[in-house]
Amino acid sequence: MDNRSPYIVDAPSVSVIMFKVLLALIPGIALYVYAFGLGVIINILLASLTVILTESAILAIRKLPIKVFILDGSGLVAAWLLALSIPSIAPWWIIVIGTLLCITFGKHVYGGLGYNLFNPAMLGYAILLISFPLVMSQWQIPGSLTENNIEWLDQIKIIMNSSLLSKETIDAMSSATPLDYIKTQLTLHQPLSVIQQNKIFSFLGGKGLELISLGYLAGGLYLLKEKIISWHLPVSFLASLFIIASIFYSIAPDTYASPLFHVMSGGSILCAFFIITDPVSGPTTPKGKIYFGIAIGLLVFIIRIFGGYPEGIAFAVLIMNIFVPLIDSLTQPRIFGHK
Amino acid sequence: MQFKNIFKFNGGVHPNENKSLSTSLPIGSLPIPKKLVLPLRQHVGRVAKLKVKPGDQVLKGQIIAEADGNISASIHAPTSGKILKISEEILPHPSGLPDFCITIEPDFKDTWVEKKPISWKKLDRSKLIEALSQSGIVGLGGAVFPTHMKLKINQSQPINTLVINAAECEPFITCDDMLMRERADEIIQGALIAQTILDAKECVVGIENNKIEAYEALKKAAQKTTIEIKVVPTVYPSGDAKRLIYLLMGIEVPKEKRSVDLGIQVFNVATVAAIYRYLELGEPSISRVVTITGAVKAPQNYEVLFGTPLSELIVAAGGSSNKTKKFIMGGPMMGFDLPSIHVPVTKAMNCVIESSPELFPAPKPVMPCIRCARCADACPVNLQPQELYWFSKSSQLEKARDYNLFDCIECGCCTYVCPSKIPLVQFYRYAKSEIIAQDKSKEAANTARERNEFRLARIEREKKERAERNAQKALGANEKQADDEKKSTIAAAMERVKQTQQENIKN
Repeated sequence: MDNRSPYIVDAPSVSVIMFKVLLALIPGIALYVYAFGLGVIINILLASLTVILTESAILAIRKLPIKVFILDGSGLVAAWLLALSIPSIAPWWIIVIGTLLCITFGKHVYGGLGYNLFNPAMLGYAILLISFPLVMSQWQIPGSLTENNIEWLDQIKIIMNSSLLSKETIDAMSSATPLDYIKTQLTLHQPLSVIQQNKIFSFLGGKGLELISLGYLAGGLYLLKEKIISWHLPVSFLASLFIIASIFYSIAPDTYASPLFHVMSGGSILCAFFIITDPVSGPTTPKGKIYFGIAIGLLVFIIRIFGGYPEGIAFAVLIMNIFVPLIDSLTQPRIFGHK
Repeated sequence: MQFKNIFKFNGGVHPNENKSLSTSLPIGSLPIPKKLVLPLRQHVGRVAKLKVKPGDQVLKGQIIAEADGNISASIHAPTSGKILKISEEILPHPSGLPDFCITIEPDFKDTWVEKKPISWKKLDRSKLIEALSQSGIVGLGGAVFPTHMKLKINQSQPINTLVINAAECEPFITCDDMLMRERADEIIQGALIAQTILDAKECVVGIENNKIEAYEALKKAAQKTTIEIKVVPTVYPSGDAKRLIYLLMGIEVPKEKRSVDLGIQVFNVATVAAIYRYLELGEPSISRVVTITGAVKAPQNYEVLFGTPLSELIVAAGGSSNKTKKFIMGGPMMGFDLPSIHVPVTKAMNCVIESSPELFPAPKPVMPCIRCARCADACPVNLQPQELYWFSKSSQLEKARDYNLFDCIECGCCTYVCPSKIPLVQFYRYAKSEIIAQDKSKEAANTARERNEFRLARIEREKKERAERNAQKALGANEKQADDEKKSTIAAAMERVKQTQQENIKN
């Protein structure tokens, strides 16, 4: 006779966990819309549609139940994270191609939910950044927060067909991200204090971007409270990024941005609470999570400062994903009763 | 109730207790059933030796099967009557396999054999242990290890602490709770006896903080003793002996060791109460308190004679209220489906839960593991269940062993918290049995190989000996032949000489 105890379970389903992650992204997205307009929503919708269609097709080919694996929500999480990582005025095919590749090569070639080695959203982002570097570095100047206000209709036009607008218009609306801008200006031997006079900078990080980061922070705290993520990853990652940035900042404040700038710029907060916390591609042991977070923090800083790309998160995460099995096997907790 | 000097273990879960279902009524009693079926094996160790034959009349408390050796326990007649038959019957065991049982037809007179209380304060320890080896008492918490063996102690490692397990951490089960509420004195007296026999310096009772009435009763009963009643948090599996020892003393008992190796012995409350009844009142182990709960109409605890058909207990509890007729023995975390409602109540049966779709919904479809590590957070042994699952599923059994699969206590916490609804414990049970089977066949193969090598060596040796013998023989034959040749040559020569001589004579 089969012994099937325990007879009781009490756990949120995978779907509930994933939809709570989506819910936690809402404050950040709302502030995104407030600062940059509706472009991001269009990207999210395109990404969602692409992921549902692509996954349905793949699941049908793999003869797996479509409804179950669409409703688990993991595809949507990856798609939303990718949509939030690319410039909000990128042409429509960027997010469509990115999502398609991310879900196919980041998830299903490995066996689908639970089997992927790499973070799917970051894999998609890396492919896009390498393939379309120009588009991927043209970020929108925050609309409602500056005089460069783009009508939401214009945004749709830009996304849906960039040839409708002249190059001048696009140039007027877009710029590099603050991280990217600092990097290029430093090569022109501008001191940091002058660089940061640019209109895209604000109190802590980039104008508008720091606000969105606060939204992600709120969502991240919600995930902590709901015990969907543990503190180990966000704390170790942010602390390591903050500390290494502090060291460089204290040595040469005119060349290196402040630690708070690093934490509040780019995707640092999104990375801390939503990206490196992907359970499938991350370590599982508490100690392993701390090492993983520290390593990514250091790599992000190194790539930002010394690398050729404006943002280092995607590459840092992908590099560390490779080490996850090793980290896990080296950080096994002490078993009860063992020395 | 405050926690003082408690050492919390990692993990654990807190499911809905569902204990109040069966605690509103006092411990009830059942009428003597029409027949009693007593399995010869109700304990860990060797099967008891049969002492009766069909047709024999027996009295209540009379030994009908005797302990066979040290690790074994006697079986006593729970009431007076006639031995009806000795046959194979289905037992309340996860295997569902039948085993030998004695069936008694009660005469409903319930006549006791002469009770022989033992003045335990005067007898020395070895005499007491010898007496208890006849008592039929086994661990009533569910482990059913013969109790007298646990009272024997190793001279090199004296017992410092006697722990009385009153945690009863599984949901639904309340038999210990009710026993403590109603018979706290028996438990405390029994604990004192056990402490005396073990010569333990101290005795601590560990009880979860959800049993306030039981705690008060024990506290009162233990007033004039040195026994300490310690409250532990209500976290499953606090009643696991090694977890309880850690909670109370902060000592981790390693997997390969027993607590006695560290000077700690653990008894369940019902077991020490049984020790008291045997020594003080002369009553052997013939009944126990059983919780009948779940979907039955009137959940309650009953003092049930061993061998009573479970169906009688179900009838007493108002009968089954749903049509599934599925019953679980033990708690919902570690229990198992009973093969039939006609199995007898045994020494191991602490609780029977009638299942219903509302209480225990059918398992949801299994999703892939997303490595969320909730199972690792819940594991009271600090294992990495997600890794063990991976290795078990892919039959990487050596890896599973390396990741300490055999430290798993199968408490079910990992499965309880799994968002993907993976029946993790079943994978571990499978992997463990596979590894054990492989080890056995490896051992068998090794033995066979050794035997074969021995056989080949023997054949080789015999061959060699035979060859030597043949060579010797051949040598002997050659010599003879050579001899013959010599003789014939000589003879021929002689012949020639003769002929020459004769020719010479003729000439």
